[in-house]
Amino acid sequence: MTLELTLILAAAIFAVGLYGAISQQVVVMVMMGLELMINALILAAAGFWWFVAPNPTGQVLLMVILAVMTLEMAMGFAIATLLHRIRNSDMTDMATDLAG
Amino acid sequence: MVVAFIILGVIAILSGAAVFWVDSMARATYALALSFIAVGVQVLFLAQNYVGVITILMMVMEMAIMAVYMVMFMGMNPALMPMSMVHSKKASLIVAITTFVALTAGILLIDWPSRRGAPAADVTAALGEALMGSKMLVMAVISPVMVATIVAGVSLAHHRTRYDRFGDDLTERPARDPQPGGVGR
Amino acid sequence: MPGEPINVVGPAWAIVALLILGGLALMASMFDGVLAARSSSGTSGALRQSTRPFDEAARLMRQRRRTTVKADRPLWRIGGAGLLVAAALMVTVVPLGEWTLFDFDVGVVWFNAMDVMVWAVVWLAGWGANSTHSLVGGYRFLAHNLGYELPLMFALVCPAIAAASLNVGVVQSAQENLWFVVWMPLAFVVYLIGVLGFSVWGPFTPAFGADIAGGAQAELSGVDRLLFNAGRYALLAAGAAFAVPMFLGGGAGPLLPAWAWTLVKTLVVLAALVWLRRKVPAVRPDKFMEIGWLVLLSAALLQMLVVSVVVVVGS
Repeated sequence: MTLELTLILAAAIFAVGLYGAISQQVVVMVMMGLELMINALILAAAGFWWFVAPNPTGQVLLMVILAVMTLEMAMGFAIATLLHRIRNSDMTDMATDLAG
Repeated sequence: MVVAFIILGVIAILSGAAVFWVDSMARATYALALSFIAVGVQVLFLAQNYVGVITILMMVMEMAIMAVYMVMFMGMNPALMPMSMVHSKKASLIVAITTFVALTAGILLIDWPSRRGAPAADVTAALGEALMGSKMLVMAVISPVMVATIVAGVSLAHHRTRYDRFGDDLTERPARDPQPGGVGR
Repeated sequence: MPGEPINVVGPAWAIVALLILGGLALMASMFDGVLAARSSSGTSGALRQSTRPFDEAARLMRQRRRTTVKADRPLWRIGGAGLLVAAALMVTVVPLGEWTLFDFDVGVVWFNAMDVMVWAVVWLAGWGANSTHSLVGGYRFLAHNLGYELPLMFALVCPAIAAASLNVGVVQSAQENLWFVVWMPLAFVVYLIGVLGFSVWGPFTPAFGADIAGGAQAELSGVDRLLFNAGRYALLAAGAAFAVPMFLGGGAGPLLPAWAWTLVKTLVVLAALVWLRRKVPAVRPDKFMEIGWLVLLSAALLQMLVVSVVVVVGS
């Protein structure tokens, strides 16, 4: 196990998640893409922690990532529910009111 | 060790890709759960036992709930019907591949620093002491943000207001709820 | 740390651990068979009903698998076998007296993570069959989960705070002088409710309710059904076994060796849990939500406050 290996694996997961987040039309699927990207962040942060600077600060960063993930889920579900109720749709393409 | 680590990484990548590949909402959700479990075990390999196990715990829980939302919002796609609901597929693929290539190039080209210091004898205890000591501000900031998220999430998602529950002059007790609670309020 | 040290045994002993878990699950199901016979036909001949699990197992082994239209087969199979796997992974961190399979520094969290696996497994068993009633059962179980899981987590935190460790072995040896159950009774009760919850047992059976034709296990048949129900008993046994090092002092006791005391205590807790099945009414998921969040969670938090104050003052 080396830092490079860990980071390349994380980068691959990140790229898959990025593809999903950009290409999917349904809000919940976009959230899955975001989750996958954060998943890659967990792996990369854990790799940096172990191979570069194994002090508690890195672990605190991981806890923050986990917290951010729950917040993302909570707000995502709330907005998806709101969209579904008000517009009877769950597609990002139909929620472009704020697009420039 | 290295082989197991790589296998786990490949499982995480493949099941992550399966999320956008399979035709069933439940399979997509639990493929993501599998990806998280694989990464959680990898984190265990990197000697962060607490973070690894907590990742598995939280993500399985989250995906169990996620599956409910998937089925709820994607009801037009019954279980095993082919589904493809994507836009700008080609552009996304190009962006994703470019990102991966750029990241990999960076990873391989950068001269990474060597390890500074050694991990604490009890990593979990060190984390706890950091959270309750020098890094307390982090958690102190996260907690109000979490509370704000709960309130905002409920008020966004809920269609009933306090007037629906307590009547026009907010005097009606017990509240008119569609489901009675168990402690008789 | 006081108390005898925890010795890690080799991986070959996992077979013994599995046999013990299987034996406990079998005894639980036999006891349940006796209780069932007693409640339906009085005391006469009730003991003979203790062979009921064997008859049932033999019947299910010979039964042909039921198939449903467009079933999600892989997920369904995972749902059928997953409970047993979760239970087996749970007991890896439970020390038997002075031996343990897996001396994990975050064993308590590990146990918790495995009981969360049950959320997914039961829902998958309900989903996989592609049948309305079993999916309704899966949803009911998830609703119950949301009610009991958080109190269960906080209940598990109490012994960990008192022992200043998440290692199950250290928690066990921290009870040399006083069992945790004595000064954290609320946490113990909440924990047992959680065990009933993740074993889909007693008050938490609406997920398998007769009103929805058997719920999550409606379409399970043959070997799948056998594994699923064996998994429920195994989870009950694993939950009872984990209560012993967490709350009941582990192997502490007079005369008998530590491993024997661990087994005896596990059996007592297990018997109580099995017996409770016929004594407690089923709780509807929507009603239990409020009970869980207002009553159980407050109780667990209050218990945690007491434990924390005692630990701070005592140190």
